[in-house]
Amino acid sequence: MDKPFAITLDPGSSLANRTGSWRTFRPEYVDRLPPCNAACPAGENIQGWLFRAESGDYEKAWRALVENNPLPAIMGRVCYHPCEGGCNRQQVDSAVGINSVERFLGDEANKRGWKFDTPAAATGRRVLVVGSGPAGLSAAYQLTRMGHKAVIHEAGPLAGGMMRFGIPKYRLPREVLDAEIKRLLDFGVEIHLQTKVSNVLDAMMDGFDAVFLGVGAHIAKRAYIPAGDANKILDAVAVLRGMEGESAPMLGRKVVVYGGGNTAIDVARTAKRLGAEEAIIVYRRTRDKMPAHDFEVEEALQEGISIKWLSTIKEAGESDIMVEKMALDDKGFPQPTGEFERIEADSVVLALGQDADLSLLENVPGLVVDKGLIQVDAAMMTGHPGVFAGGDMAGNDRTVTVAVGHGKKAARAIDAWLRGEKYAPPPKPEIATVERMNPWYYSDAPKTVRPVLDIIRRQSTFEEVLGGLDETNALFEARRCMSCGNCFECDNCYGVCPDNAVIKRGPGKRFQFNFDYCKGCGICAAECPCGAIRMVPEEN
Amino acid sequence: MLKQMEGSRAVAEAVALCRPEVICAYPISPQTHIVEALGEMVKEGSLAPCEFINVESEFAAMSVAIGASAAGARSYTATASQGLLFMAEAVFNASGLGLPIVMTVANRAIGAPINIWNDHSDALSQRDSGWLQLFAETNQEALDLHIQAFRLAEELSLPIMVCMDGFILTHAYERVDMPTQAQVDAYLPRYEPRQVLDPSDPVSIGAMVGPEAFMEVRYLAHAKQMEALQLIPAYAAEFKAVFGRDSGGLTHTYRTEDAETIIVAMGSVLGTIKDTIDEMRQPENGGHKIGVLGITCFRPFPIAAVAAALKHAKRFVVLEKSMAVGLGGILAVNVRMAVTGMGLKGYTVVAGLGGRAITKKSLHALFRQGEQDGLEPVTFLDLDWNVVNKQLEREKAHRRTGPVAEALLRDVGVVGARNY
Amino acid sequence: MSFQPVKFYQTGTFTVGNRLLPPEERSVQASTKRFNSINSGHRACQGCGEALGARYAIDAAMEATDGQIIAANATGCLEVFSTPYPETSWQIPWIHSLFGNAAAVATGIAAALKVKGKKDVRVVAQGGDGGTTDIGFGCLSGMFERNDDVLYICYDNGGYMNTGVQRSSATPAAARTSTTPAVGSDPGNVFGQGKFLPAIALAHDIPYVATATVADLRDLEAKVTRAMEIRGARYIHILVPCPLGWGTAAHDTIRMARLAKETGIFPVFEAEHGEIKSVLAIRHPLPVEEYLKPQKRYAHLFGKNPAVETIARIQALADKNIRKYRLQARKEGH
Repeated sequence: MDKPFAITLDPGSSLANRTGSWRTFRPEYVDRLPPCNAACPAGENIQGWLFRAESGDYEKAWRALVENNPLPAIMGRVCYHPCEGGCNRQQVDSAVGINSVERFLGDEANKRGWKFDTPAAATGRRVLVVGSGPAGLSAAYQLTRMGHKAVIHEAGPLAGGMMRFGIPKYRLPREVLDAEIKRLLDFGVEIHLQTKVSNVLDAMMDGFDAVFLGVGAHIAKRAYIPAGDANKILDAVAVLRGMEGESAPMLGRKVVVYGGGNTAIDVARTAKRLGAEEAIIVYRRTRDKMPAHDFEVEEALQEGISIKWLSTIKEAGESDIMVEKMALDDKGFPQPTGEFERIEADSVVLALGQDADLSLLENVPGLVVDKGLIQVDAAMMTGHPGVFAGGDMAGNDRTVTVAVGHGKKAARAIDAWLRGEKYAPPPKPEIATVERMNPWYYSDAPKTVRPVLDIIRRQSTFEEVLGGLDETNALFEARRCMSCGNCFECDNCYGVCPDNAVIKRGPGKRFQFNFDYCKGCGICAAECPCGAIRMVPEEN
Repeated sequence: MLKQMEGSRAVAEAVALCRPEVICAYPISPQTHIVEALGEMVKEGSLAPCEFINVESEFAAMSVAIGASAAGARSYTATASQGLLFMAEAVFNASGLGLPIVMTVANRAIGAPINIWNDHSDALSQRDSGWLQLFAETNQEALDLHIQAFRLAEELSLPIMVCMDGFILTHAYERVDMPTQAQVDAYLPRYEPRQVLDPSDPVSIGAMVGPEAFMEVRYLAHAKQMEALQLIPAYAAEFKAVFGRDSGGLTHTYRTEDAETIIVAMGSVLGTIKDTIDEMRQPENGGHKIGVLGITCFRPFPIAAVAAALKHAKRFVVLEKSMAVGLGGILAVNVRMAVTGMGLKGYTVVAGLGGRAITKKSLHALFRQGEQDGLEPVTFLDLDWNVVNKQLEREKAHRRTGPVAEALLRDVGVVGARNY
Repeated sequence: MSFQPVKFYQTGTFTVGNRLLPPEERSVQASTKRFNSINSGHRACQGCGEALGARYAIDAAMEATDGQIIAANATGCLEVFSTPYPETSWQIPWIHSLFGNAAAVATGIAAALKVKGKKDVRVVAQGGDGGTTDIGFGCLSGMFERNDDVLYICYDNGGYMNTGVQRSSATPAAARTSTTPAVGSDPGNVFGQGKFLPAIALAHDIPYVATATVADLRDLEAKVTRAMEIRGARYIHILVPCPLGWGTAAHDTIRMARLAKETGIFPVFEAEHGEIKSVLAIRHPLPVEEYLKPQKRYAHLFGKNPAVETIARIQALADKNIRKYRLQARKEGH
């Protein structure tokens, strides 16, 4: 076509005009730290594995999950999911049911027999792990992945530590525990049962290059309660451990549990299931001060457990106890009131906290113990080079999740130490707070409610109370994840750019900016649902 | 085929023979009969394929024609007077975009005062719009010019106004020789647009052009019109070959061979002038050496042809149905430009505004005065000085004299054209 | 125990695309094969809502017609920033004639296509609110009443932004423009003036009328797609925030459109043959202040002595829209 000069132009020729030169701010793709990940004591990349679950690829999701935690089926049951507490979705509707998806993935793995990926080539280094609880298993697993030989010495008759001897079956069915331990054994973790380490340095002499101590808090704290002979005073640890033995402990018809932690709740609910007509928790403060998790208190109340708030046990008689009413002072501390009450009780179970047995550490040079806890540095190493510790021994946050996190962190530190290096955790990116996101884009989708066992069976059996999600609703739940701070390829930046200056690179490859044309308006950053773009000033 | 018919009908049939594809119509006297006839042909199916669109204004009419033409359709519309002014923005735009639209302008005065009768004020107001402007002397020529206009417009990628005097031609029944479809098809090739909106070969038409190229674009429009000065006589010659008659071209001369005085005019008044000259040339009337130069093509203005026609004369009198208020004539200025440096005496006569009849009687007197160089540089033919002077006096005396037109009508006592 | 059926894709259809959606359920804009009808390199301001709206709309029309679109464009920002000689951003056949005649030019194109039997090629006319509601209104109304086969798209940014932010008949009440300055006893644009062209389009009983915003891409695309399924005169009025004229941050363009819809300031609906068929309900109801405050053109309503009464009047206008078009928030389904 002989086009009229200047009036008629060739299509799309404006590409010659590089509008990128207008820019004063430049968009950058970033991966921010999702608050769930930030809150996870085990250091799971929750957003990462949910991302895979969202597309229905559960195996990939599970594999991403077990990079940080080898016990997802367990964790999906017993973790108190601080991740959900941090979840940004709470500000849209309610938190993503991360824990339930984790459990679903763990169960899928067990059902389908997924194995861990092959470990790295053997390094020839051997690490002794003391204790087969979550900290020990986690450390051993991570060490194995890195090619080191991890050998666990377990004092008890079965592996699992406090997971087996401290958590009731109705919360953690033993076949789940066994399945995840078995996978670790198959993976190459070696466990020697009934092998108590009584002196860690001696044990290390047996060809180990380093040691990780992951001994659980098995020793119950006691409180002095004047008691007649007839009354049974037991401790919670013993009761729960007894549940794993041949015959269940005899607690009687009326059971009083003394304490306000999760263990107190566990014991009361166990007592109920063992046939107690009444299970009463006596706690010296109020419900909002109670260390036990609210949902567990709620479940206990549903099952008919009663709780006496603001009460201390003054003495235990033959068939009853004397309780003194307390009142909170203006600082919130309970103070005796001099008001007394008698409560019928066939037994009293003390659930006042636990300590770890530190006897194996006597005479270890450099090792410092303070208030029953081993002091470790940022790399989980004790004052004695090559001796690392984690879990109940090394902190007051005594949960399976914290222990798994300790184990992982210690394993990485041990790996570095074995190479003569000091482990430095990579710097954490800034947190993807909801202010850095655009939650408008997430459609309303309330959390999926997990099925709950009916109340009669909860009061009489040790069947698991909380059910799992089936595939459809696990997928639904996974897709509630807002992928905070991490691109999930929603195409928004690609679509909303008025200058077509975003290049879509294809599935899984995310996007890149075309700075020839990007004018730096920042719409991409403002409209990125998950806050994975930030604007930075141009240098010149 | 010879036919007796109204000028509008003749033009409509000629346009139909040109196979227009899109026709936009908005009613305004005196062009309505043309589009009415075309509308009927489309509706009954005798003109097909063709889209006839009743638009809501002349502005829309020209805009629809712009769109249709840009999309490759042969496009036609007709208008007059206020209508032409109402579409003025689009008129300039059509030529700026180089779209070969053909439009009939049934020449009519421009208000206020509103007036439906003939003069050339409307078309000449658009003389610099970039359109070619052809003026028909007779209905036959009007018919013929439309056929030539489509060919010319499409060859040049420029729009053309075919101007014909409102009522005098549009509503006059005359004998015309209506060509056959075969003749027109032989003369007028299919429209091959220079640029077209087509998804298979996209372009952007109508860019914004800044100082860096605007002058060049405008010059190119000028160059195109200069090119037309060659094409117009050539196409007229070809027309003669196909249709067997002289029609179109840049100018026509009549009895100018030995003329000392040449009257210059456009449109149907040329007939009256020729009759007057024929009478003046009679030996019994003194055998005046007087002739006439008819301008068929006003844009581009045929400077060379005008100069050639006038070069042996002593003087020229431009008789025009238009007026440059505050100066005199419009056509006259153009003619004077053509004869610059030739030493000719020139006179401007403004005549026939708003349908004022131009009589042979007045022309006889005028031309004789002209021959004796007794004319003012600008003369208003048959102006009622009595009425004018009265009004001027009134205005000197009173601030609030009321509307001029109404005052004059009161003075005249009747509709102004009556006595002439 | 009952569970919700899962047809949930993390962001539903609020985002442009989403890797979880099957490709056929993604937006046109999500595709790497989208036409980019208006190419990079155009000279629109940073964060221009009109550039975005035009690409959204024309790309959708191109998708719906397999690339068979011709566009006629009114004078205005869109025209100026897209086609300054020697470069054009348009990748489709496109013509600019005048400010007030885009609808008529489109009619002419449609007529030419019809006469030439090119049924598959479709015509879109487009202009800003000035070119549509003011100077182009006559031609637009004519195109409507003749039911010409044209989709007219108005990109409404509430003023003559190209010429320096003057008032148009689409400028909202109280807004400051160069010709309705924020001075005097009633600063900004006068209440009780202006027109809502979609309602006038409805009154023409044309086959299709819809409103949309650049904040609701899927809705916009669905409307363009629907419009291209219909023959005859169609009108889509798209709200396109203008950072320059509104005095908003360049990155807030989509947010402002969203707020206009969520506050009820701008009703988003769809109508066929003069009857409203559906509305886009408000998701999270908000007071009009949320929409007004980020805009400098309303700055005179806030500050030390907020113009409480004026804000209340604007709120009343929004409330009226909510009632009239039944925009009340509804529970979201999946």
